[in-house]
Amino acid sequence: MRDYMLFVPEYLAAGLAVVIIAIELFWPGVRKETLAYLTALAAAGWGAVSLGYLGREPESFQGLIQIDNFTTFFRLMGAGIVIVVSLLSAQYLRERTKTAAEYYGLLLIAGCAMVFMAAARELITAYIALELLSFCLYVLVGYLKRDNLSSEASLKYILLGAFSSAIFLYGMSLIYGVTHSTYYDEIATALSSRAAGTDQAAVVGFMLILAGVGFKVSAAPFQWWAPDAYEGAPLPVTAFLSTASKAAGFALIIRLFTSALTPDAVEWRWAVAIVAGVTMTMGNLVAIQQTSMKRLIAYSSIGQVGYMLVVLAAIGWGDQEVGRNASTALLLHLTGYVISTLALFAALTAYYNRTGKDTITGLRGMAETQPFLAMVITVSLFSFAGLPFFAGFATKLFMFQASITGDLLWLVGLAVLNSFISLYYYLMVIRQMYLFNPEEGLARFKISPVLWATGAVLMLGVVFIGTYPAPAFEAAERATETLFEQGPPLEARVP
Amino acid sequence: MTFDEAQGYVVLATLAAPLLTMLLLVFVPGTQKTAVRYISAVAGAIMLGLSVYIFTAYQVGDGHNDIQMQLRWTWVENVAFLKKDGVTLALGVDGISATLALLNGIVAFAATLVSWKLDFRTKDFFILFWMLVAGVYGTFFSLDLFFWFFFYELAVVPLYLLIGVWGSTRKEYGALKLTLMLVGGSALIWIGIFATVNEAGLGTFDMRQLWAAGADGTLDPTFQKTFFPFMVIGCGVLAALWPLHTWSPDGHMSAPTAVSMVHAGVLMKLGAFGIIRLGIQLMPEGAEFWMPTLMALGVMGAVYGATAALTQRDFKLISGYSSVSHMGYVLMGLATMNAIGVTGAVLQMFSHGVMTALVFLMIGALYDQAHTRDMKDFGGLAKVMPVWVIFYTLAGLANVGLPGLSGFTAEFHIFVGTFRTYPLAGALAIFAAALAAAYMLRMFAIVFFGPLNPRWAGLKEMTPLEKVSGGLLIASMLAMGLYWAPFTDRIGASVTLLPGVTG
Repeated sequence: MRDYMLFVPEYLAAGLAVVIIAIELFWPGVRKETLAYLTALAAAGWGAVSLGYLGREPESFQGLIQIDNFTTFFRLMGAGIVIVVSLLSAQYLRERTKTAAEYYGLLLIAGCAMVFMAAARELITAYIALELLSFCLYVLVGYLKRDNLSSEASLKYILLGAFSSAIFLYGMSLIYGVTHSTYYDEIATALSSRAAGTDQAAVVGFMLILAGVGFKVSAAPFQWWAPDAYEGAPLPVTAFLSTASKAAGFALIIRLFTSALTPDAVEWRWAVAIVAGVTMTMGNLVAIQQTSMKRLIAYSSIGQVGYMLVVLAAIGWGDQEVGRNASTALLLHLTGYVISTLALFAALTAYYNRTGKDTITGLRGMAETQPFLAMVITVSLFSFAGLPFFAGFATKLFMFQASITGDLLWLVGLAVLNSFISLYYYLMVIRQMYLFNPEEGLARFKISPVLWATGAVLMLGVVFIGTYPAPAFEAAERATETLFEQGPPLEARVP
Repeated sequence: MTFDEAQGYVVLATLAAPLLTMLLLVFVPGTQKTAVRYISAVAGAIMLGLSVYIFTAYQVGDGHNDIQMQLRWTWVENVAFLKKDGVTLALGVDGISATLALLNGIVAFAATLVSWKLDFRTKDFFILFWMLVAGVYGTFFSLDLFFWFFFYELAVVPLYLLIGVWGSTRKEYGALKLTLMLVGGSALIWIGIFATVNEAGLGTFDMRQLWAAGADGTLDPTFQKTFFPFMVIGCGVLAALWPLHTWSPDGHMSAPTAVSMVHAGVLMKLGAFGIIRLGIQLMPEGAEFWMPTLMALGVMGAVYGATAALTQRDFKLISGYSSVSHMGYVLMGLATMNAIGVTGAVLQMFSHGVMTALVFLMIGALYDQAHTRDMKDFGGLAKVMPVWVIFYTLAGLANVGLPGLSGFTAEFHIFVGTFRTYPLAGALAIFAAALAAAYMLRMFAIVFFGPLNPRWAGLKEMTPLEKVSGGLLIASMLAMGLYWAPFTDRIGASVTLLPGVTG
């Protein structure tokens, strides 16, 4: 029975989600902001309870779900994301919908789904967690029912999402066929102990799984849904999409590929390297031509996914030590990326609430009308571009450094060149804000104190990680400690 | 705490001063422009004082370390691939960086005074300006590759906005071109750093350990030969290495006066400094292999810059191309790989720094009133702005290399060094110096003398602050031109210790 105590934080989060939905059910006139702040509080409680699991010995729920530091890391990240996103949603949602409780409830449940994606050590569990997150997101993306773009985005996302889930499932079933197990450690043992020689079914299985998770994190060539979904979704949901959904996807990828699939790394690593290279190049080149800020962020985040996939390639190419270092650095980078992205969306949401503009040219003259927001946006864009003082510089530098093995220098070189390309379109945004005067009649305005404070705290976070990455880096290291200790020591199998 | 440690805190204070000034300015209301100016001026004076202290306190002679005033704070260690002392905030100066820090102190203070009349978003300007200065100081002081690159990039970050918002003449184009080219160069350095740290396998970014790895063959010769170009081209972009210099004239043309001063005066030296730190010191084998090529490119830059300057009409373009030419000398000096040539290169960095800052200061003083920089528009300015003409003439003569001014000291060292190893290159360099005389004197003749265009009869003399600022720069030029021993002692002591540099 003790096993059930492993999920106290999620009981709390999901339970409060139900409570929040119930509140509006029984009291329809409740102020929608109150719901948002309740959600933030619930998520804060969720995060606080998760802290109790810090540093405990890894515990497993029937071998399906593993609660260790890695899970705790993503619990805290998930809670943080839900707090910020619900704060961002408060004003935005009140002005646009009559009912908001489901939105906030789903946000919390999506957060729980993210935790289970990070914690799953069995394929079916991972799949269910992934679907739970996806279903929450399908609803959230289409939450503005009267907005055609929002509905269109949701439909597109559902169709492509269902398709990719099927691909993922098919890959899983092939792996099951080869290894006769869905447990990560048993898959690993089966893969390493079978006779030498390439197994076609296994290779196809790897590729399909890669495609399935690639879709979820929007890696090329499975990224087509991302720009439309990002553009149509309500702004705070776009923030959630580009942080939580990516972080969860990478948590699942790291857990799956470092344990279950390492023995056959030679079979999939080249595909990962190619996908990484194509993803970053495509994302950054297409981003240059965008006119909508949301689409620009969509493509820029595709580029970021490309950088993060370099780590997966490194796990495939390097030995266990490289894999572990690279995973640690990936978690650090993910933290920096999430904070920068949330800061960017805090500023964009505040601006959109006030002006209703979310195109790049719509930001024109922001340095005059709202210098604080312009500063927050600039800081987060510079962080994405990897300029110093801001998170992106340190985290990207450590991530690429950790990922270098003799065979991957070309990929890291490509990543660096890409991050140079990305600076161009970030500068195009900054140019609009600083180099041009605002449109006629747009005077200096104030923004809501909550958004101001959120933006300020996140911006300080970006600067903190950029100038003193040690605490976050050490936390990331503790999170990956247990990842590689599971199961028998594995050597890459040479076919 | 030993004396050296205590001095380490002076270095830290010098680096922290611009950062703290930034922080302080964030909390000053944007409307309090005078307060912003006074804070900046005081901060600039403090930094100048600290820089002078560092330069004078640097001890030369037996029994003194090459790197002094060290301070070392562990930043990140024993995490992931980082082992002990993985990333440390390791500060310290050698003779080269002490000289260049002095240059930064002088130019930054002069630029602050010149920016007194800047009236548009003053606060934002100074915040970005101090960020630039902090980046430059940090690069000179850092002995850790992570922080070295951190500050190197930090100096580039604010440039886009500084030029784009406060610049003139095609500012958007100039700002974008400059930023992209410099960051493109950084991308190469970035790749070089990744490869080096990985190849050395020490789990540290500590430069001294990496230098040792470069010297003892842990970085094997083939590796060094492969990655030396990454480092040197990457840094070379900032040092206006031909043919990657094209951002320089455009960028300088667009930049506001103070930014031109710091940028041409100090920032370009970061590139050459990077070639010393990441090229010569980190990859001595690579340096030995590639230096002839660098020499050829340096000569090309020197001659090309001078020739191009000869055909320009815009003051800032003349100075921009002249900077390309002078940075060509710096690269030549470095490429000689003998003590006198490399010493000359560092002298030239200092000399060109103060001289160019003065030139841009003069151009700014004129442009603020005349709103044109086409020299064909002018004539006979000696009649209305005599002090301005004297200052400009001094800067120009230093540019030409007149004995008694800093340019002579520096170029003389470089030419002697070059003739020892590459006589032909030396001859071409002297030809370029003759061209320098031609473009400078041509400009003087057109602008300073001849009949006064009545349109300019109302031009006013420089403001007192500009005179103080210019005076400071001229004093530095004269100091190095007349009594160069303090400079050559310090630089020479460090240069002879560089790996691969012959006596």
